[in-house]
Amino acid sequence: MNNKILSAVVGITAVAGLGATAASAATLDDVKAKGFVQCGVSTGLAGFSAPNDAGDWSGLDVDLCRGVAAAVFGDAKAVKYSPLSAKERFTALQSGEIDVLSRNTTWTMSRDTQLGLNFAGVNYYDGQGFMVRKSLGVNSALQLSGASVCVQTGTTTELNLTDYFKANGMTYNPVVFEKLEEVNAAYDANRCDVYTTDQSGLYSIRLGLSAPDEHMVLPEVISKEPLGPVVRQGDDQWFSIVKWVHFAMLNAEEMGVTSANADEMLGSTDPNVMRLLGKEGTFGEAIGLGNDWAYNVIKQVGNYGEVFERNVGASTPLAIGRGVNALWSKGGLQYAPPLR
Amino acid sequence: MAHQEGVTADAGDSSRVSLMNDPKARGLVFQALLIIAVIYLVYSGVTNAIDNLARAGIASGLGFFGERAGFDIGQSFIPYTNDSTYLRAFFVGLLNTMVVAFIGIFFATLIGFVVGLARLSKNYLVQKFATVYVETLRNIPLLLQLLFWYKAVLSILPSPRAGGLEPGAEVVFNLNNRGLYMPRIVPEGGAQLILYAFIVAVVAWILIGRWAKKRQMATGQQFPVFLTGLGLFIFLPLITYLVTGMPLSLEYASLQGFNMVGGWVIQPEFMALLLGLSLYTASFIAEIVRAGILAVSHGQSEAAFALGLRPNLTSRLVVVPQAMRVIIPPLTSQYLNLTKNSSLAVAIGYPDLVSIFGGTVLNQTGQAVEVISITMLVYLTLSLLTSAFMNWFNSSVALVER
Repeated sequence: MNNKILSAVVGITAVAGLGATAASAATLDDVKAKGFVQCGVSTGLAGFSAPNDAGDWSGLDVDLCRGVAAAVFGDAKAVKYSPLSAKERFTALQSGEIDVLSRNTTWTMSRDTQLGLNFAGVNYYDGQGFMVRKSLGVNSALQLSGASVCVQTGTTTELNLTDYFKANGMTYNPVVFEKLEEVNAAYDANRCDVYTTDQSGLYSIRLGLSAPDEHMVLPEVISKEPLGPVVRQGDDQWFSIVKWVHFAMLNAEEMGVTSANADEMLGSTDPNVMRLLGKEGTFGEAIGLGNDWAYNVIKQVGNYGEVFERNVGASTPLAIGRGVNALWSKGGLQYAPPLR
Repeated sequence: MAHQEGVTADAGDSSRVSLMNDPKARGLVFQALLIIAVIYLVYSGVTNAIDNLARAGIASGLGFFGERAGFDIGQSFIPYTNDSTYLRAFFVGLLNTMVVAFIGIFFATLIGFVVGLARLSKNYLVQKFATVYVETLRNIPLLLQLLFWYKAVLSILPSPRAGGLEPGAEVVFNLNNRGLYMPRIVPEGGAQLILYAFIVAVVAWILIGRWAKKRQMATGQQFPVFLTGLGLFIFLPLITYLVTGMPLSLEYASLQGFNMVGGWVIQPEFMALLLGLSLYTASFIAEIVRAGILAVSHGQSEAAFALGLRPNLTSRLVVVPQAMRVIIPPLTSQYLNLTKNSSLAVAIGYPDLVSIFGGTVLNQTGQAVEVISITMLVYLTLSLLTSAFMNWFNSSVALVER
């Protein structure tokens, strides 16, 4: 009998507990209280988010998180990383386990409108491509009919692949894995003829194969994959912070402010630079931060161009050109609203 | 003070007890309270989830089942294309899970019984081999074994193009890293008669068995049930096949482009999963079988020998029926384990329920709560059905105590 009473009491307490766990809206307050930004990243995609030789996370997506931490705390190191599979990522963000998802995630309408999430910009314009073995003698994706294709589950890739083969009247045999490492291993073991994902990903994955030189990325880009950071819906302040950290990095590149010359630029009399570095106006206070927020981002992380070159640019093994990711003023798509 | 008075008043009339002091009534009250609490817990959990999803702007409901799936699946036992609905994708995954679980249970039982008997063998080599098998496989995590088999299968086999096959040439049997290719039986008009012949043969086999048993009980005469049944099972469909004008043809696989086309294929993911699940579960079943047989006291077989039964009949009529009573309940747990363990398929790319529904569908619709609940419900249902069947089987082989 006692046990029954006890379990009833436990049950009722649990119900009361459920009522109390509604998601809190003020992410910035939570982040400040715990002292770090919890950032959702991939399980290891070189150039975008992967642990380096020293065991620290680095990459284009990681630098966005470091930028957010620099803006909030003035310390780019105040970040903790949660490696997530494609399947886990949205649930982790929805449930509040992470504060920002920066994990080469494609911005699509259904994700933006049905998942309770907001995309805070595009930090890399990508498109889906195909990688094959050179020995297959294939030089166009249109010759891939009948092939076995390795793909990761829970991605837009899976759907684009279907659409592309269907539109071109070709057949294929999908081999679907949950984790990136599993897809890589299966492709490396020749389980599939073709590996498909975002082109940037293909270049990155190729480096990790047993014989990178035996593989090639086909020229076709079959989709638009705008990749960007994601936050929860319903917290406009946090949404603005993440969005403007990215814009600040773009504006800095446009104005020629770099991590090396940021201190020097503090003395600039250009009103644009003065606003960016917090010498004029109260732009930082308006989003709940210090006015030196953008200065910290640029000083500690760098402007977009620096971040790009450091992680995926010509000097890295990935050697990806700026292409569509160049600033709008240089023929690319990266365009930030003015900081005023 | 008032309380004190109440007690004495009750004590005056011993036949009428206060409801508070009646253990039965009190029990009912507490049980009712518990049920109310549980219902409230479930209700508030569900409404809370719905409210929270709505507040967070996340779509909810089961409407997604009717929408176009838009993705392809590597292996399907029912017609499925990317234009099919999410509901159909769900059934594809469910069937893939059920097929691998069913075949896995079959092989696990088979291997388990053989190894279990081998552990009791008097042959030193056989017995040690069985011991090593059991101790190795049951002590390594299943996920690692699955990964091992998958890598082993993939790394040993050649790619179809490296196998020295002539492009376009038909092959009867081919094993490469895209799968095991075999001829596919293509039915033509009248082929269903052959299927009916199989069914008739099985039914006849069972009926003959019953009749033979009854006759033996009455007259003591025996009848070769097994040979007759087997004969029917082979020759009845064969005769039907010949009479209906051989309505079956074979489709062979051939190398075309990147892959083998046509034929009947067992994919490496399926092979690895089946191998891993069967071998792993068989090691547990072997121990259960051994325990069951050892549980039958030696006196039982000695008594049977004393009655003049031959060893074969002794084990069939005396030892096995008593061992089954011990074997079946834990065997059921192993079947349930195997079914649930099949969800590890997601690690090696086999499109089971968790991979298709709990993976791709979850991600494309974003409705984690619904999808995961349904997936759990499916495994619960599968397990309860297996249990129900095994309980029925158990009661039908249980010893009738006189």
